[in-house]
Amino acid sequence: MADPVAISVNQVSKKFGHGKDAFFALEQVSVDIRENEFFTLLGPSGCGKTTLLRLIAGFEHPTTGHIQLRGEEISHLPPFKRPVNTVFQNYALFPHLTVAENIGFGLEMQDKPAAEIDSTVAEMLQLVQMESLRDRRTDQISGGQQQRVALARALAPHPRVLLLDEPLSALDYKLRKGMQIELKRMQLETGITFIFVTHDQEEALTMSDRIAVMNKGRILQIGSPTDIYDRPSHRFVADFIGDTNFLDGELIEANSEGAVVRLSSGKTVKTGPTDAAANTPVSITVRPEQAVLIEDLDAADLQGTVTNVMYSGTDSHFHIELTSKEEFVAKVQNAGPARRDWQTGQTVGIKFHSHVLQVVSD
Amino acid sequence: MNDVSQSLSDYEQAARQQETRRNWLLCTPALVVLVLAASGPLLVMLFYSFLKSGNYGGVIYEFSLDGWFNVILVRDIFDDVLRFADAHLSVFWRSIKLSAMTTITCVIIGFPTAYFIATRPRRSRNFWLFLITIPFWTNLLIRTFAILELIRNNGVINNLLMDLWLIDEPIQIMYTDTAIMIGMTYVYLPLMILPLYASMEKLDFQLVEAAYDLYATRIRVLRRVIIPLIKPGIVAGSILVFIPSLGAFVTPRVLGGGKNLMLGNLIQLQFDQGQNWPLGAALSITLLAIVMVTLLVYVRYSQRSGGQDG
Repeated sequence: MADPVAISVNQVSKKFGHGKDAFFALEQVSVDIRENEFFTLLGPSGCGKTTLLRLIAGFEHPTTGHIQLRGEEISHLPPFKRPVNTVFQNYALFPHLTVAENIGFGLEMQDKPAAEIDSTVAEMLQLVQMESLRDRRTDQISGGQQQRVALARALAPHPRVLLLDEPLSALDYKLRKGMQIELKRMQLETGITFIFVTHDQEEALTMSDRIAVMNKGRILQIGSPTDIYDRPSHRFVADFIGDTNFLDGELIEANSEGAVVRLSSGKTVKTGPTDAAANTPVSITVRPEQAVLIEDLDAADLQGTVTNVMYSGTDSHFHIELTSKEEFVAKVQNAGPARRDWQTGQTVGIKFHSHVLQVVSD
Repeated sequence: MNDVSQSLSDYEQAARQQETRRNWLLCTPALVVLVLAASGPLLVMLFYSFLKSGNYGGVIYEFSLDGWFNVILVRDIFDDVLRFADAHLSVFWRSIKLSAMTTITCVIIGFPTAYFIATRPRRSRNFWLFLITIPFWTNLLIRTFAILELIRNNGVINNLLMDLWLIDEPIQIMYTDTAIMIGMTYVYLPLMILPLYASMEKLDFQLVEAAYDLYATRIRVLRRVIIPLIKPGIVAGSILVFIPSLGAFVTPRVLGGGKNLMLGNLIQLQFDQGQNWPLGAALSITLLAIVMVTLLVYVRYSQRSGGQDG
């Protein structure tokens, strides 16, 4: 039922530099991005997400591999021959042109008739609510307004795919929140595929249909925000998105339904499915809010001593030193029903629900 | 409370006045040099242009407008009829034409050169700029003779072309306007490249990428984005090349021979063989006026045609 593929990236590698200095910014990256999708490339700086975006835009060409747009090979087309537009991180608005001239630039370069340019520019000004500033110079408007102009300029030629390179990173917190909602609205209104690059995991989780988490030039996991958050496949993914705990264990058995892992405490727990082989040491991850603290040590999966209690308004964080000397953090909602009057030095039991545990590979 | 703020603002004002006075004081040496070195000779020139010419050079301290008359008019020695001084007018025209052509040639050669340097890695840019400034180490006369050595009938270029059997007889470049233009282009090119480079270095190349991304072909990126944004550099470079070209003296003398005079040579002639100092002075002031008018027109025009700070 999924929409057809808009951009298909197939086994793409990108090498920069020569000889000794050469390094791979991307290694064997493959991903299919669907029509009408809000797709996010998420990762720390230097992970290759911007390089991948620039390859799709045409500013760089892949060293090996192919990029297709609706089944058509575009790897070696120059940027001006690709129906793909970019919103740059620092907007890159033309300082010698007005707001309206900036927005109309792409259409003008496509040699569209003047009447069509005028009407599209008017439409775009309305979309980004900038009608009153159409004749301003771009250095006479605020950062948030520049952001809207950059967006309108990239959307005006009705590209098949819109690329956004950390477009919200220069805005302050409140504006960013507002633009997140607006971006999502524009994506739904225009039906254009958005490929969004960010290092902000919260931004990625709230806006995306799907997320690709990248690190060191590779895509580690592709999935919906809930997939990524609840079922991270790699230690890096679990660690990069949200707070989490890692526990050492040994895989007893695994099948397509799930797996059984023996924890350092000797107790066995059920986890989500994994590819790891039986009888090997594994890491499992569990989010702080997915652990329940109980008094009954026999019923608990793990036990330890509370070393620190931190109150943060909505939640309380309990730092616990496990009997295996591992560190564990549990988060309890202050407004929730769970018991939260644990004191420093007290011994507590930790209980998991089987579906929240996830085996991660390194 | 009010008194305090009142006296405070008084104090501030006094401090500001004192600072202004001190700044002027600091400027004084520079101002003295400027007035004496720049305005002084100019005033002397202006004064001389209204005097009578002496028999063997120099001036006679008597008021006369002959110097200014002779700039554009000439009195026939036989029938005393006033005619336009065709020779002078053709020199004016040649000077302006050659300077304009030199400026345009410098833009055409300087633009890609500056672009090349500005797009090198930061570390190697200084090396390229260094190469651009090397000719300045050599005396202008020597550089001009080097060009002569290249373009004369028995020179490097003609000999090479003949050795390659591309031409049967040497191309006459020496003693033409072309020779003057080649020479001046060579001499003044760095003055174009340096300001062009300065404005290109500041150019945000992401704007170029943005234009590519928005369906602009390479030539259109150049016309619609790069050129408008580096216009201050083009204007500055053009001014720096045009002005000295207009008054150039050594280069036209060596490469243009005696026939192809430019304004600088004409002026020099009046103070030398011509022994007509008032005319020379009047011509100098005229040259100054041409430069100023041209600059005004140029700057006004380049501002109007879209540049924000041309």
